[in-house]
Amino acid sequence: MKRLLILGAGTAGTIIANRLRKKLPSDDWQIVIVDEEQTHYYQPGYLFLPFGGYEPDEITRPIAPTLADGIDLHHATVELVDTDTDEVVLSGGDRLGYDQLVIATGTSPQPSEIEGLAGPEWRRSIHEFYTYDGAVALRDRLRAFTGGRLVVHVAEMPIKCPVAPMEFAFLADDYFRKLGIRPNTEILYVTSLSGAFTKPVASARLGGMLDERNIALETDFVTERVDAETKQLVSYDGREIAFDLLVTVPPNMGAEFVEKSGLGDELRHVRVDPGTFQTEEHPNVFAIGDAANLPTSKAGSVAHFAADVFVDNFLDHVAGRPMRKRFDGHANCFVEAGDGKALLIDFNYDVEPLPGRFPWARIGPLKLLEESRINHLGKLAFKPLYWKVLLPGRRLPVSSAMSLAGKVQPEISTTNQLDQEVTM
Amino acid sequence: MTVATIGDRQVSVDAEGFMTNPDEWDEQLATSLAQQIGLTLEDGHWKAIRFAREDYAASGETPTLRRMATAGGVATKEMFALFPKKPAKKMSYVAGLPKPHGCV
Repeated sequence: MKRLLILGAGTAGTIIANRLRKKLPSDDWQIVIVDEEQTHYYQPGYLFLPFGGYEPDEITRPIAPTLADGIDLHHATVELVDTDTDEVVLSGGDRLGYDQLVIATGTSPQPSEIEGLAGPEWRRSIHEFYTYDGAVALRDRLRAFTGGRLVVHVAEMPIKCPVAPMEFAFLADDYFRKLGIRPNTEILYVTSLSGAFTKPVASARLGGMLDERNIALETDFVTERVDAETKQLVSYDGREIAFDLLVTVPPNMGAEFVEKSGLGDELRHVRVDPGTFQTEEHPNVFAIGDAANLPTSKAGSVAHFAADVFVDNFLDHVAGRPMRKRFDGHANCFVEAGDGKALLIDFNYDVEPLPGRFPWARIGPLKLLEESRINHLGKLAFKPLYWKVLLPGRRLPVSSAMSLAGKVQPEISTTNQLDQEVTM
Repeated sequence: MTVATIGDRQVSVDAEGFMTNPDEWDEQLATSLAQQIGLTLEDGHWKAIRFAREDYAASGETPTLRRMATAGGVATKEMFALFPKKPAKKMSYVAGLPKPHGCV
């Protein structure tokens, strides 16, 4: 009997466990999944929780029923992967051997990485919404908010769900407007990037949406520290930004054991081949989902598309055949715009988000890079699909490889950028 | 893809003026590239540039500010002193490397 060991029962780990349980014969393969949590969180819900869009119990389920029969769930914290002996060391010192290992322990915000962030103002005037507890605490803070300066802050890339902080700013604008306190509320979006977003077409579109909502944009802001006493963000180049309420996205890092096991980059994300998710040094060790250092978005959609490629490759791999598929970095994200509308973006390692229709060319019904009601409904409809279709490993009618059908490449002038660049 | 004249040399550059072929780069060219953006290269710059070149050769990725600090031994504060305002971009430009991935 061989053992496939999966670390992490989040989106990526659960999908591949359930898919592979159907494909790997139970007589030959045991599947064991390790997670320290008892609860599976629907993480896209964290964005809506602060604004009262979901109740906390709507976005949580116990982990055990999300796993198919024949998958052993083990509750423990991973301390180390011992690649010399093919064993994982768990809290308490227990060892679990593996024939094949998949690391799917994700990435998480690390406020202690920035001086002053996790100090006395944490969860008072400084909040985050990338954890369940953080999103609930922020909801309570927003209920008491009567106006002032809200700063939405992205400390360092890459982060999980990179459009979420901008969505938060759009939703906050809408929320304050409906409460009638928008006129005495200033909203500022502060990012380490050089624009609203990384890729030119989407960056221009999203930057325009900030303008339309009177949300100020501060770019190239590399945060040196937070002065909790004067309530200011301070950058390395000496800029100071005051806040009444700071909603920050701290640096995201992978699990500590990744670093201790010598498998990580400087953010503890596992170094893998971006086409196959295999580590270079250890042919029986893979990483999938946010835990891997793939040069694409850290997002559930990526985990889902990656799982399609991974499962087929893995079956080849354990049968001693070469892995035939390569992942293209496909990501697909709804971007909430406020007021019951949303945008949709679709891209991969090589092709940036473009305007057009999705998933069927010309027909849609979803519109790419354009605000619409149906995109928003699409985002809401995703929650039941997540539990009923995605996690159990059933197929969605969306191709795992990105398609250019239905997309339009707009002309953008780059001459200005060149001038700016050379004068930098 | 266009060709730009940097100093007395012809090099391939992208739309933003970043070199697209790291093999066309040498240290003399770095001095000319630095002049283009108003920098005079000193020991601190060279330490950063040489690490970035080696790291790119090994990994295929331009190091981020965090990687410069943790693996390259050049603290972020120092990077801002050496390459004011936009250190990651300016260092890549002078080192003849693509901009670091601001992963989406």
